[in-house]
Amino acid sequence: MRYAETGFNLEIDLSTGNIERVPSDPQDTELYLGGVGTNYKILWDRVPPEIEPFSADNIIIFSAGLLGGTMAPGANRTIITSISPQTLFTGFSILGGYWAPQLKYAGFDKIIVRGKSPDLVYIWIDNDKVEIRDASHLKGKSTYETTRLIREELDQPYPEVLAIGLAGENRVYFASVESATSSASRLGMGAIMGDKNLKAIAVRGTKDINIARPEVFMDQCNKVLDYIQYRLENPIPGVPAILSFIGSPQEMALHDEKWHTISFSWGNARIRRKDFWNEEVAREWEQTMESARKKLISCYNCPVRCRAIVQVPGYPSYTMKCFSKLTYVMAAMADDLDFGFKIASIAQSHGVDGFTAPQVMAFAVELYEAGVLTEEDLPGFPSENRERFYYLLDKIVKREGIGDVLADGVYWAARKIGKGAEAYDHNTIKKHEQIPIKLGMLNPIYYIMWSTGEKANITQIEGQLPQAPLPKDIREEFVKDWIQIPTGKEEKFKKFILEWGEEGKTFPFWPPPDLICELVEWQENMHYIDDSLGLCAGLSSFPLKPPYHMHNLPVLVSAGAGIEMDEDRLWETSIRVRNLVRASNVRRGMRRKDDKPPEDHWKKRFPDYEAKLLDEYYSYRGWNKEGIPTKQTLQKLGLDFVYEDFVKRGILEE
Amino acid sequence: MSEEKKKKVVKTIKVDLDKCHGCRACEVACAAFHSTPKYSAVNPARSRIRVYRDELNDVFLPVRAGAYAKAECEGHQSYVINGKEYGECNFCNAPCPSRDLFKEPDSGLPLRCDMCEADPPLEEPMCVQWCKADALIYEVREEEVEQEEELEEEELELGLEEMADKYGLDKLIETVVRLAEAREA
Repeated sequence: MRYAETGFNLEIDLSTGNIERVPSDPQDTELYLGGVGTNYKILWDRVPPEIEPFSADNIIIFSAGLLGGTMAPGANRTIITSISPQTLFTGFSILGGYWAPQLKYAGFDKIIVRGKSPDLVYIWIDNDKVEIRDASHLKGKSTYETTRLIREELDQPYPEVLAIGLAGENRVYFASVESATSSASRLGMGAIMGDKNLKAIAVRGTKDINIARPEVFMDQCNKVLDYIQYRLENPIPGVPAILSFIGSPQEMALHDEKWHTISFSWGNARIRRKDFWNEEVAREWEQTMESARKKLISCYNCPVRCRAIVQVPGYPSYTMKCFSKLTYVMAAMADDLDFGFKIASIAQSHGVDGFTAPQVMAFAVELYEAGVLTEEDLPGFPSENRERFYYLLDKIVKREGIGDVLADGVYWAARKIGKGAEAYDHNTIKKHEQIPIKLGMLNPIYYIMWSTGEKANITQIEGQLPQAPLPKDIREEFVKDWIQIPTGKEEKFKKFILEWGEEGKTFPFWPPPDLICELVEWQENMHYIDDSLGLCAGLSSFPLKPPYHMHNLPVLVSAGAGIEMDEDRLWETSIRVRNLVRASNVRRGMRRKDDKPPEDHWKKRFPDYEAKLLDEYYSYRGWNKEGIPTKQTLQKLGLDFVYEDFVKRGILEE
Repeated sequence: MSEEKKKKVVKTIKVDLDKCHGCRACEVACAAFHSTPKYSAVNPARSRIRVYRDELNDVFLPVRAGAYAKAECEGHQSYVINGKEYGECNFCNAPCPSRDLFKEPDSGLPLRCDMCEADPPLEEPMCVQWCKADALIYEVREEEVEQEEELEEEELELGLEEMADKYGLDKLIETVVRLAEAREA
């Protein structure tokens, strides 16, 4: 009997219409857990580096995590994996909401889709009954309409639906995959679905998920719930309010947006407005949000309520969380929060990434103002910036005119446009748009994370640590009950917090490189664990003092899945998964030259020191100077097959 | 002349609709608790409480499994909430021939909320414990009851009169006689 997982994957070939229920290998669960871990094992085995994103031989995997659908609070994530059309490396994009648990209840851990359908279709999974259904009537429909129509058509109140909108259908490189209450936004997974002519996947299940050691597992879940309550009632003092709770930054609950608006960049990641937040703005924005926000809601089996139902008269109702509340507002240099809620409604209904889309549009505006794009490229371009954004969004999702160029994202668009447009591509890493933040002094911890994070997205590698030194009188309190630190690192990490900010203990040359490596490793490993188990990072790898950590995750895995697990083994497993992901990207050509943040990411940079830091981090991780995992590292992790492949391809020497 | 009235303990779970945001933790907790052995399996289809969700219209309605309905009702009632129309089945708590809800998915046997009766007893039912939104409120109160005998007699008469009205007294008597004969056989 399999525990926590179902032990079955659903294989669908859209070219032939073949549908198969295939048992998975329990050995893979022991080695890679599930979710992103086992996704990458499948991707490695079946998609050699020669395969291009829009090839029929590219696969796209929709996976629940190992603990998905169990009683573990927040174990609801869907991990989507494929080759990114934008970066040309691999991509794993994740959504919350309600979909993955249903997949598990239907008896599947993953859906692996290969081939391309000749016509637009959607997949309907109802326990053992799996159908590929005609979706021609859904063509061009918004993500929300698609969900509603599918539910009506199937005459079932309970199927959960993932869908792409017009952007995905048109293979916009930053098309998202949307469910009613969540979004897998980054790296263009929506474009892969669109390329395969797959409009949506609806799923409903009524089967059991088995738990190996029921009482132990439930006891841990209850303790996690208690700690969640404790953290919701005890925000961390000494940090900005928006970072003091758990879950995503509680932007739908909190009105105070001072930290975001004065720290992050406006326009095309261009301007910092340190005086922006004042009483008038605070009052106006509070009013706007109070009127737009109907209710705070959660994802499946989670009490935190990071998300909100947003209803603006004249615009489709939708749900929103976190920074997309501000990304359009700030990119458009509009002081108008109302605009943010309105354009997000349209953007999400078409299914585009709320981080990338605003930046692409701001990039286009900058090019226009600089004369690189003209009236010819943008016929009838409005003069007001918000109007411009609506115009550009429309062109992009339809791939109309200049929209067809912009739909590839800033990196590719800049090169297609030419005429010096490349200089305006200043906020991408690995060709992927980054959060718009440009600060003064090099942050060496973040330097490593920006450079080497495989997701090319800082929010999916960072966590656990305050982002600035804590006020002196708060530090003792902070470290006193810091239970989350992995065994053996307590003294070191507590000392870091206690000293940070003192004379000589500030960026850029402090902390010392070895401590930086350990801090980065901890932050990143926890994300890989979450993404393999299917746990929400908001309860785990992302916030300060989270409910899930190295001292309860091992027992949750062993009691849930019935596999032997302790802290050391879980740590090693996360490193194995992490290296498999790196190896997959190395195999597709990623090297040291790709591991770098944009030139202007900080005003004060130290190229020699940064190079030294990167060397040290590579060495710490067991990678060579090009960032390639070494023979020793791979063999130690049981990734011999990776080493052999690298030798065959001349990536490593024997 | 005053009779001494018997008291009985009534346990209910009150639902505060303003607070429910449809996270379905109650379903997970209920289903897990009622598996055998306890917590060994989780399957919301086995939950005695189900939340009807229409998230974009802000409709979240927890319904606890109630008495088994032998026959479908006409199901003609509908409700308009925030401008959208909903059929009554969405808010009905009966295991019913018209649908799969509130039935074991494998056997089809009806589910019924038992307030998590257990030995040793729980402080609160599982759904109430796991609802951190405080949308489910456990209430225990005492109620006076009329004498059992009187009540039974009243109920029996009422039931028979209803059936007599519906089928005709002759048909009713005929049917009762036939059933009695079948029992003896």
